[in-house]
Amino acid sequence: MSRVLITGGRVVDPSQGLDQVLDLLLVDGQVAELGENLTAPEGTERIDARGLVVTPGLIDVHVHLREPGGEHKETIRSGARAAAAGGFTAVVAMPNTSPPIDNPAAVGFVRAAGMRSGGARVYPAGTITVGQKGEQLAEFGELQEAGAVTVTDDGRPVMNAGVMRLALEYALSFDLPVSVHEEDLNLSYGGSMNEGIIATRLGLTGIPNAAEDVMIARDLFLAELTGGRLHIQHVSTREGVRMIREARARGVRVTAEATPHHFTLTDEAIESYRTNAKMNPPLRSAEDRDAVRQGVADGTLDVIATDHAPHHYDEKEQAFEDAPNGIVGLETAVGLSMSELVHTRLIDLPTLVERMSCAPARAFSLPGGTLRPGSPADVTLIDPDLEWTIDPEQFLSLSRNTPFAGRRVRGRAVRTLVGGVTVWTLPSR
Amino acid sequence: MAQALFPPLGKDLVGLEGLTREQIIGILDTAEPFKEISERPIKKVPVLRGKTIVNAFFENSTRTRISFEFAEKRLSADTVNFSAGGSSVAKGETLVDTARNLEAMRIDMVVIRHSSSGAARFLGERIASNVVNAGDGKHEHPTQALLDMLTIRDHLGRLEGVKVCIVGDILHSRVARSNIIGLRTVGAEVAVCGPATLMPARIEELGVTVFRRVEEAIEWADVLNVLRLQLERMQAGFVPSLREYNRVFGITEERLARAPRQLLILHPGPMNRGVEIDSAVADGPHSVILQQVTNGVAVRMAVLYLLAGGKPEAAEAAKTEVAL
Ligand SMILES: [Zn+2]
Repeated sequence: MSRVLITGGRVVDPSQGLDQVLDLLLVDGQVAELGENLTAPEGTERIDARGLVVTPGLIDVHVHLREPGGEHKETIRSGARAAAAGGFTAVVAMPNTSPPIDNPAAVGFVRAAGMRSGGARVYPAGTITVGQKGEQLAEFGELQEAGAVTVTDDGRPVMNAGVMRLALEYALSFDLPVSVHEEDLNLSYGGSMNEGIIATRLGLTGIPNAAEDVMIARDLFLAELTGGRLHIQHVSTREGVRMIREARARGVRVTAEATPHHFTLTDEAIESYRTNAKMNPPLRSAEDRDAVRQGVADGTLDVIATDHAPHHYDEKEQAFEDAPNGIVGLETAVGLSMSELVHTRLIDLPTLVERMSCAPARAFSLPGGTLRPGSPADVTLIDPDLEWTIDPEQFLSLSRNTPFAGRRVRGRAVRTLVGGVTVWTLPSR
Repeated sequence: MAQALFPPLGKDLVGLEGLTREQIIGILDTAEPFKEISERPIKKVPVLRGKTIVNAFFENSTRTRISFEFAEKRLSADTVNFSAGGSSVAKGETLVDTARNLEAMRIDMVVIRHSSSGAARFLGERIASNVVNAGDGKHEHPTQALLDMLTIRDHLGRLEGVKVCIVGDILHSRVARSNIIGLRTVGAEVAVCGPATLMPARIEELGVTVFRRVEEAIEWADVLNVLRLQLERMQAGFVPSLREYNRVFGITEERLARAPRQLLILHPGPMNRGVEIDSAVADGPHSVILQQVTNGVAVRMAVLYLLAGGKPEAAEAAKTEVAL
């Protein structure tokens, strides 16, 4: 029998409306008890959490682990460990690998590799369409049976509205959320950054907000039509936030993500063609960034996800238009979210835990996201006031592509437990 | 004529953005004495003797390359041409590899032309040699704008307060961007005119007036800088047809006849006669298109000379040294 007793921490668990100093007892990989001055028998591992925040394990529903096919950027093992180092106890792995995860065997491979990783739990996502071609639906039933928790063609939109309608309808049989990357490729064509004055100055082709907005509008209508579960990934525009808010108010089943980079940066971060600030959807204007922050605050964007997108140094070391999209995010998410949202008093700490743990678990029907007795013993310990400098050289991820190198942030996960086992501790502690 | 207050250009000339009025005027002033070298029987001065310059053209442009080559040769530099237009290697890889190779070869200067915006800066940040941008994507083409300004100054005697309208595909034009930035820095008024589909987002924020109709532009301007319409823009749907483009935005004799004053007509070339400009205008009395070509060599000589550490006030003396 394995026992862990976490004592004296500030337990923040919005799923139970908890925010108080309590002890937490984990037994055999499950939460056993929460209470004051808990006692435990000899041989129990004790963790002194005084001064720390104890939360249900953080869950990132949008990460790219690059395996199979991109193992020089990240492997399932390195990604799961990087996740743990960022305070995440579970991640949802995007299926746009090469080959894509569009069949049960591939889903099984990701799941098995995740189990061996020694880091965060890895939940596979399957594709919406075969080969992510946007034409024929993948076998959702089989994918789910093999362990897929959502279907998504992320990296690409489903351009055919008819196919998207069928996906939302068909997924109803399995109660699967359909996760979507919203981009009208005819509107974004050739673009490498946000359309606006910065793109005009730099002579780069812009991607208008409308490229994202028209697809968000379309899919909200389709979700309304079908009653399907729609999950909108990495929302970057003010109009997108507004439309989701309105759709939710009239009962559309929609959840949506904000990423730390979209609520922290604007297209000004691209400065002189910094490829580490190149991503899709692109960094937008200050009004868009503020709308995303507001969306997080009022719960329109109910999930914070990183869109962790590792790339090898050489691949980003190119002329801007030729460089791939994406930044790594697992190990910077807590620091940025705490600094940008909590320490600025835009939201309180329980709301952050809601966005990074409870809501993601609900949106994808995952175990976790709560410290209720009987739940998985996935726990994150956060030092809310620890100031540190983001140093990509310290990342456990195989990649270093971040625009946040050298940035001072406040707040950091210091210990991560998955199934009652510590999978990561901040070395200096 | 040379300016006493000329702040050195720095290592590279990536664009006109960031240059001061004094620097731009200093380049133009330096070009003046160099113009005369092209008129001599022996068109060579020893200003860059012993320097090695690579013309790295990742995108075809015979005109610009030849203009730079003439400039380099007239300054007695050793030149090597490198073109990777037909290379099967991916663009980005080539650029990094090129940077490493150039660095290893201890080249003094690199003139780069590339289809990616930011390529010149990219190279400049990675090598110790001086880098001159000969056009990068849709970003800047500084020496073209400088030769345009020199040509305007030759004819109007000034740049300050001159009204210049750039007509055509502003969206894809590095020439337009460099002209806007350069001309505004030296105090000219700048407008742009063209189909809304070929206008970059929020272009007014660069401090330019936007005309929707070319008639309004002609009424307003002292100078028209007419841009080439890339024929592929029509295929991509930015304009419905070349015929319609000529009808609506073409610079024709009839339109110019209605101008309240005589306009100076510039065109960076090569021209699509009968599309953005009619032959009668291109070959007419107000066209300074061929003089732009001549000035191009002088401006490029000035830029190379200044990046190599020359001073505007010494240019006259430098060119009188006897060439070998
Ligand atoms: Zn995406």
